[in-house]
Amino acid sequence: MSPELQSPPLAQPRAPGDVRTEEMLLNIGPQHPSTHGVFRVVVQTDGEIVLDSEPHIGYLHRCFEKIAESVDYLKVTPYTDRLDYLASMCNNLGYCLTVEKLMGLQIPRRATRLRMIVAELNRVASHLLAFGTYGMDSGAITPFLHAFRDREAILKLFEIICGQRLNYNYVRIGGLAEDAPPRWLDQVAAFVDFFEPKIDEYDALLSYNGIFIKRAANIGVLPAATAISWGCTGPVLRGSGVRRDIRKDEPYLEYDKVEFDVPIGRGEVGTLGDCWDRYMVRVREMREACKIVRQVLKDVPEGPVMAPEAKKVLRPPKGEVYYRIENPRGELGFYVVSDGKDKAVRIKCRSPAFCNLSVLREIAHGCMLADMIMIIGSIDFVMGEVDR
Amino acid sequence: MTGPAGSLPLSTGRGSREATAIVYQELLNPHHAQTYTGRAYWGLFPFAALFVPVLTAGLFVAWEAVVHLTGLTRTTGEFWSVARPLLLGLGWVHVILIFITIFSMYAVWMERKVSAHMQCRTGPMEVGRIQGSIFLWKRFNFRLWPKSWSPHGWLQTLADGLKLMAKEDLIPKDADRWIFILAPIVAFTGVFISFLVIPFHGVLSSFIPADLDTGVFFFAAVTSIEAIGVIMAGWASNNKWALFGAMRAATQVVSYELPIGLAFLTAVVAAGSLRVSDIVAAQGPDYGMLAWFVFRSPFLLLAFVIYFISSLAECKRAPFDLPEAESELISGFHTEYSSMRFSIFFLAEYAAMYVVAAFAAVLFLGGWWTGIAPVDHFLADAAKSDGLLPRLAAVGIGVFAVVGKSMILVFFQMAARWTYPRARLDQVMYLCLKVFLPFGLLTLVGGTAWELWLEGGWPKALLG
Amino acid sequence: MTRAEAHAAILAKFPDAIVRDGREGKEAGDPYLVVKAERLHDVVKWMKEDPGMRFEVLQCLSGVDYGKDLASVYHLDSWTNKVTVCLRVELPREKPEVASITDLYGAADWHEREAYDLLGITYTGHPKLVRILCAEDWVGYPLRKDYVFPKEYHGIKNDL
Repeated sequence: MSPELQSPPLAQPRAPGDVRTEEMLLNIGPQHPSTHGVFRVVVQTDGEIVLDSEPHIGYLHRCFEKIAESVDYLKVTPYTDRLDYLASMCNNLGYCLTVEKLMGLQIPRRATRLRMIVAELNRVASHLLAFGTYGMDSGAITPFLHAFRDREAILKLFEIICGQRLNYNYVRIGGLAEDAPPRWLDQVAAFVDFFEPKIDEYDALLSYNGIFIKRAANIGVLPAATAISWGCTGPVLRGSGVRRDIRKDEPYLEYDKVEFDVPIGRGEVGTLGDCWDRYMVRVREMREACKIVRQVLKDVPEGPVMAPEAKKVLRPPKGEVYYRIENPRGELGFYVVSDGKDKAVRIKCRSPAFCNLSVLREIAHGCMLADMIMIIGSIDFVMGEVDR
Repeated sequence: MTGPAGSLPLSTGRGSREATAIVYQELLNPHHAQTYTGRAYWGLFPFAALFVPVLTAGLFVAWEAVVHLTGLTRTTGEFWSVARPLLLGLGWVHVILIFITIFSMYAVWMERKVSAHMQCRTGPMEVGRIQGSIFLWKRFNFRLWPKSWSPHGWLQTLADGLKLMAKEDLIPKDADRWIFILAPIVAFTGVFISFLVIPFHGVLSSFIPADLDTGVFFFAAVTSIEAIGVIMAGWASNNKWALFGAMRAATQVVSYELPIGLAFLTAVVAAGSLRVSDIVAAQGPDYGMLAWFVFRSPFLLLAFVIYFISSLAECKRAPFDLPEAESELISGFHTEYSSMRFSIFFLAEYAAMYVVAAFAAVLFLGGWWTGIAPVDHFLADAAKSDGLLPRLAAVGIGVFAVVGKSMILVFFQMAARWTYPRARLDQVMYLCLKVFLPFGLLTLVGGTAWELWLEGGWPKALLG
Repeated sequence: MTRAEAHAAILAKFPDAIVRDGREGKEAGDPYLVVKAERLHDVVKWMKEDPGMRFEVLQCLSGVDYGKDLASVYHLDSWTNKVTVCLRVELPREKPEVASITDLYGAADWHEREAYDLLGITYTGHPKLVRILCAEDWVGYPLRKDYVFPKEYHGIKNDL
């Protein structure tokens, strides 16, 4: 693999003798049905053709990193919920694992196993939303509501376990906020049994729909080299055919003890790395997540869910640590600098969507306006995480 | 395998009934458990679908009775030769307006229910709740309907319409004011006029709104007036999204005139007339359904398919709803419209949906012929008779058949909308110019050859 | 390749560019290399292009305010060799300036803009170094320790 920064030239010169047309600047967002939040992109169009695009972010900037420096370690966890609000469990997990690594904390095994379950369920919930909204971007509204029915069940599972439906604050430094109720594991198993056949329905409804394939295949092709150079991770990178998954490459929790595949784009219906590949990686990851949950459910030991030494005010030793996990959107890294006091010197969140979104300009030129929406949708960003 | 904490076995198998029951009962709202399967209340549809045909049949029968009893069509004299067309025209305008209003209200409700049931939802359920019932037999607690009964949100559209009317009417400061105001009127007028040539029933000796001898041509011409209204709206709004919508509408609607025209011509060739009532008359009364044009030759079947898909594009329905693609262009050409002006566009859209479906029913699906040979023979006889009752019966049955067939097509329009993603502009154009146009030419040539080969259609050649 | 081997290779290649190595004293967490600001671009370029190193990915670029000095911290990844290396450039508070690595990694584009936006670190050679998260007319660099929140912004009062 030898990645090179070879972005193709942007605005293409017009052929001589062509009809004189006037270019138009079109402002998509920050209030637009398909920008998934408050994302704004200024598009230079020639008729329906997109010549160039300039993303503008920051409309949802909430100074997460500044706040994180002014509250102590335990109080940062709820703020991480608000980063990627569609995968709060994974965000909690990423932050807590980072601090635990800095402090050298050992967490109880039951907490580890439950963490894996909630992280994978949240991955499914997040991908369900990505699946549904991508259908919506392409004009099909029905898959969205079918996906929301199943997502509703996951949210209910989370509500049972921690009382919240969106911002959980469930994974804490040293373990979990609370133990799972007795029947919860059975309900999770029932959900997985219920949900796995539904993925076949989704494939029939949207993935292999002729119009959808026509809309998503060969659009927004992201070559592997470009994806690597721009730091893309997660389904966006795997859609380009790179088999890179932190759960496999640098296993955390007990991911090295479960069997699962890392789905990658294969260019089945179009070019490798097109929108359909990125979309399909997410759909296939839902199957893998179910597989993981099934395996984890087989062995959830009894016991405490909180490390006893973590209940005091946390003062990690002086030092700095960078740790990352596989978020539904890619590699979520936290860079924590500690000077031995109860507040961090610096907490930097390397959010996957921030990097994934930055590649938009590279892959979106020369497409049509309708494709622009499909490309934005296929990147599947959450502005809460991009703007922090 | 038993779970460590629970009493139930952990996994009951992929897609098992037990798992589904747990998810529906414990994790989803148990009150809506029926809905989540996406099959709830489908049984209601056949009954609900009768509503519009029955009501329309009543409307037309009443109008026929008024005309017949006043003897309007039989009056002679200089005064009546001037006053009769005026009175008849005025009457027809009201009949059609009432019909469009009823249909649109019903169709919006139906669209919401169809989409809801396809999407595991219930849709509107509350508006129009009836509190209190009528006791028929107190001793047995027998009521006409339950004490608190909501007939599936049947008044939802009325409430929506009232809300729209109460909203502020905004005209953007930099909009082209007069074109902006005119646009919805032009769009609606185009659709409205196209109703004139649809023969709702076979009692034609007295009247039909306008039984033009170039009816098909007239229809093709006036349905594209709606596109002009859309382009005016997009241009006058002074909004880039609206402009994109208008550009797309112009490209798409004008292009799809071609395959639609070819499909029309195939039917015209089969009937040998441009007059719409002649085309319907050619599809009966003998041989029942076999006489319908859609079964007359494979080319006419293909023409029907081409027409139905093209008509989705013509009236900007998904998967061809590019001019108002909400995920791309906010709302497309009517982004800046609000209040009544928006609802007139809305009304025009639903009226267009109906009118293209009705024209498909008239040209290919036998129009007022029911497809049941004895009934069709009665219709043919009654249309010629002078008696009031047979004529009224023929009007009622004919209108019911036309509107019923159109409603089935409208249902398929809705089902397509809530199933498919939206095509892209170049794909829409590809479908039109490189698929439908050649196949349309094929249907025209093949259909003509078929007519020359089997004069009078295959049922006549085979069954005598 | 382990992290220590990667560090040794970099130290062998650029003995003059590395200020110090590893954790100081008893610090916890990851080891890192402190690089001279003027040599950073050379080091990163070599790390990316050398067939033995192959650091293909700029994983994370963070600006840090240590109170006394600012720092620009680079986490570089080699997926081929499965190793992550952390480089740190310490920059004086008065004139924090370091060469941009956008020509090597596309990912550096937005990350450098973010560090510029929040900490005021100037990356020379960046194609478009403008604010990315804060508004374009924002004053000051919010993540610096001595930053004072403005009392008012375009008529929006800050009463806290």
